[in-house]
Parts: sequence; structure tokens; C-alpha cells
Amino acid sequence: MKNLEDLEKKINSELNTKINKTTIKHNQIYLETDKDDLIDICLFLKTNNDTKFKQLIDITVVDYPERNQRFDVVYLFLSHEFNQRIVLKYSISENEVIPSLTSIFPSANWMEREVFDMYGVSFKDHPDLRRILTDYGFEGHPLRKDFPLTGHTEVRYSEDEKKVISEPVKLEQNFRNFDYESPWEGTKYIKDEIDNNDKKN
Amino acid sequence: MTKKIKNLNLNFGPQHPAAHGVLRLILELDGEIVEKADPHIGLLHRGTEKLIENKTYMQAVPYFDRLDYVAPMNQEHAFALAVEKILKIDVPIRAQFIRVIFCEIGRILSHILNVTTQAMDVGALTPTLWGFEEREKLMGFYERVSGSRLHANYFRAGGVHQDLPQGLEEDIANFCESFPKIINDLESLLTDNRIFKQRNVDIGVVTKQDALDYSFSGVMIRGSGVPWDLRKSQPYDCYENLDFKVPVGKNGDCYDRYLCRIEEMKESVSIIKQCLLKMEKGPIKSLDGKISPPSKKDIKQSMEALIHHFKLFTEGYRVPKDEIYTAVEAPKGEFGVYLISDGSSKPYKCKIRAPGFSHLQSMDYLIKGHMLADVPAVLGSLDIVFGEVDR
Repeated sequence: MKNLEDLEKKINSELNTKINKTTIKHNQIYLETDKDDLIDICLFLKTNNDTKFKQLIDITVVDYPERNQRFDVVYLFLSHEFNQRIVLKYSISENEVIPSLTSIFPSANWMEREVFDMYGVSFKDHPDLRRILTDYGFEGHPLRKDFPLTGHTEVRYSEDEKKVISEPVKLEQNFRNFDYESPWEGTKYIKDEIDNNDKKN
Repeated sequence: MTKKIKNLNLNFGPQHPAAHGVLRLILELDGEIVEKADPHIGLLHRGTEKLIENKTYMQAVPYFDRLDYVAPMNQEHAFALAVEKILKIDVPIRAQFIRVIFCEIGRILSHILNVTTQAMDVGALTPTLWGFEEREKLMGFYERVSGSRLHANYFRAGGVHQDLPQGLEEDIANFCESFPKIINDLESLLTDNRIFKQRNVDIGVVTKQDALDYSFSGVMIRGSGVPWDLRKSQPYDCYENLDFKVPVGKNGDCYDRYLCRIEEMKESVSIIKQCLLKMEKGPIKSLDGKISPPSKKDIKQSMEALIHHFKLFTEGYRVPKDEIYTAVEAPKGEFGVYLISDGSSKPYKCKIRAPGFSHLQSMDYLIKGHMLADVPAVLGSLDIVFGEVDR
């Protein structure tokens, strides 16, 4: 479909039970769905003649530690034929296992490995779920919000043992996160934002 | 009598000149035929995304230089565009031209490096020496405009850091006159070279379908015959008003990708020329004092400018709550930033989509059944830079 609004209608009518919410902003469609419908939606988006989202651009996760459903899993798709992008999203809780897209998009392989490495989210039916970016034997999931910026361990070459060893981080000074946030009003959109938040609460 | 033959496992890298960085490639060989390739990446992982979450928007820009460090400004561009779209600010026309000029310089920088080192991987040394002389000139332009040859930190949300210094426009124009001759020289060494062709033609063939399935972008997908260029299809900044062609390959092999890169360099030169012609004097960054820092002169005279300066460099500007995915056509392919802002002055989440990551992932598919000697040729034509693959 050439037009974003038409595409939104099409998706809503074909998948109306599976899509929870659609938004158009920044010239892209943002869809919200549930974990169980992921495979169906992806197959539809990839194969339907009016959508043709044949390329998976990226998979990522956003961590909201204060929420019950802690993680948002985000998929980005691109349709070359219609020159459109879709952002697909659903929430899961911490220990939930989610379906893998590797059978539909081979490129999902490393993307899911990265998500697993960085956030500790596991995928069902993934052919080779290993860590990818972090060191061999690394512990923890660095992009979670509760993982400290400095990490837990540091490595160095030990002259005594003649090998590289890892030990707990010792810093002369801890990473300091200054709070510069001020009651300075700033620009109009920030005022609006603050007003909106106040209204909601 | 039957003998049992065991496949040989070979460690290619992490320290190997043809691996273009720190790649550990575990190859399973049957004689000289590669049966399986398992790339181990992450040896250059620095946690860029985590660091960005802890820095203000302005402090995040330098991290983008350190991703694909042969074309730094193209990455900064993606981030700047993402922030601009959320903030809904306009970029002055002169700043757009400057950004496009330097993105195209970045493209030439990257393609020279790739084409010449690919030639070196298959046995030709001279192109590297000739090409690097030109790269040095281009990095000279980087230095004159930003103060550093590689890690420019030049683009800002809303424009660029400062205007071009005097005389730079003429020098870039002179370079545009002399550089096509160098491309021709490089081509005379490589394009019809028997050895270069033997090593590259029909090696690492990617079909259209596989290019889509493996999330290829940039030259990797154009080499296979898909005319897809984000500068044309989803134009950003002033690319709409510029006239350029998108070179497309036919066979999807290493040789076609080489040809595409050569042609793209010529197009880049023409884009730079057009920009220099169309460019006029004017502001080079957004005039919104809440986003662009004031000039040194203003700080000494205006109270408001002083306050803005202080606030911008301590707290930074706040970005309203939103999410966005923005992509640019970096020399290596689609470089994207998925940014989530939460209304504070630091990004809540900044996922970086690096083209090299998807390209390297397909190594196993590309190299299966090829000879060991083809591994450097295929790796070279993938155009891998580990800064962006490992992030």
C-alpha cells in the first residue's frame, strides 16, 4: 500500500484481534501486540501483497525496571516495495521466553543473540543462542538498567600468574551521576510536557 | 583400506591483517574448502549504547564517531536527525549542505579504504598507497572543519558545530577536480586486472532474495541488483534537491560490489560539487537558543546567552518523550538509530543499527563451499569495520 493511512487500515482490518494499538508518527507505523501473535503478524507482514515487509531491520529490547512487564521487545521492519517502515512492539515480564523469528527472517539469528546477551531475554526455537558481544565467560546483562555503568569486573594481565585475570572493579572514584535537573522552565514544549504529566497524575 | 578424514578447524584471527580488525573467525575446512564459518565478534565491544544512556544528547555525539571510524560524520548524521525529528526543529539550509558535503566526503573516505584494502587482500599493494594519499587530503578537510582528523564530533542536533573556515570551500572544489583522475588511475590498476578479476568475479554471490532475507543494505544489496538507496527513497536533509545516480550491480559478486563502490565515489564527487555551487551564506545551526549553544562573543555581552551556555553544558537540552527510528545511507549500508527519549536530557534508550552487523552475520552463508583463499576476498567486499559491528 502506497499510503500509510491505508496500510494502517489494512493491518487493523486483517489483524484486528491481534493488534492492540496502532499509531502513525514520524512517517512510520507503530504497532502494539501480544507475544503469542508475533509469528502470525510477521508472516502476514512479510507475505501479504499489500505490505511486503520483507526485511527485518533490527530487534531490540527496552528495559523498564519499575514495570510489572519489565521489557518491551521491539522489531523494526522495512518494505522496499512500498518504501515504508513498521515498528512492532510487545511487553513481556522478566523470565518470559519469547518466540524466535529465525525461521521467517534468517537475519534474526544474531539480532536475537544480541538481545539475549544484552538483556537476558531467551528465545524459543533459536538454533544457536549464545552470547555474542560480551567476553567469553561474562556474567550479567549489560544493557539492563540495573547493571552499573562501570560493570562488575575488570580484566588485567597478571605478572604473577602470567595470564589475563578478571577481578572486581576497584575505582579511585565512583562514576558520579550529577543531578542537573532544575526547575528551569526551558522551552514551551517542556512546559506542555510538565503540564500534561501533572494532569495525568 | 579406508581412512577416516577429519575436518580441520582453523582460527582466522583475532589478529589477522585480512580480517580488517579484531574478528575471530572459526573455519571448518575440508581440505581447502570451507564447510562452515563461525564469526566470533565483540572483541571491540565498548558498550556504546550503555554509555549513551548515561550522557546528555550533546555528549552522545562523539560516541558515533567511534563506531564506523572510517566515515565518522555519517553516523553522527543519523543521531542528529533522530534528535531533530523529536525536537521538531529545522536545520538551516547552509548547515544541510555542509552536512551533505561531509557525509559524501565520509563516503569517499570509506570507499577508498575498502576498495584499496580489498585489492591488497587479493595481492595488489599499489592502490592502497595511491588511495591513502587521497584519504589524507580528505581527513585534512575533516581536521580543518572540526579540529580532528577522525573523531570529528562536528554535527549537532540543529546543524553543525561551526561554519567552514575560510578557503575550505575552494580547497574541496579543487579536490573534486583532481580526485576523478585518481579514481581512473585506481580503476586502470584494478578493473580489468586479470588477477583481481580471478579473485573476485563469481566469489561470494548474493541473490536478490538472500540479500533481503539477510537484512543487507547499502552496496551489499545494490550489488545484487536491488536499486535501494535511502538518499533517494527516504531523502533526508537536502538530498532531494541534488541530482545523483544510484549504481546497481548485476551478479551480486565481490567484483560487482567493487564496481558499485567505484561508481559511488564518482557520484559523491558530483554531489559535493553541486552542494558547493548551491551553497549560500547563512546560519549553520538552529537559532533556538535553548538547543544551540551561543557564540563566545555573545556570552561576554548577554546575560541570557551566558545562562543558556551554562544550562546547555551542564544539564543539556531536554527532549520530549517520544520514540523514533531514523536511518541514513552510510557508506556501508543502512545505519539507523532507534531513540527513546523520556523528557529528560539523556536518552532513555539508543539502539544503534549497524549495517556491518547483518553483513558479517551472513559470513557462513557466503563462504560455504568457497576456498580458504576466498575468505579475505569476501570479508573485504563485505566492508566490515569492527567499531560498528561490536559497538
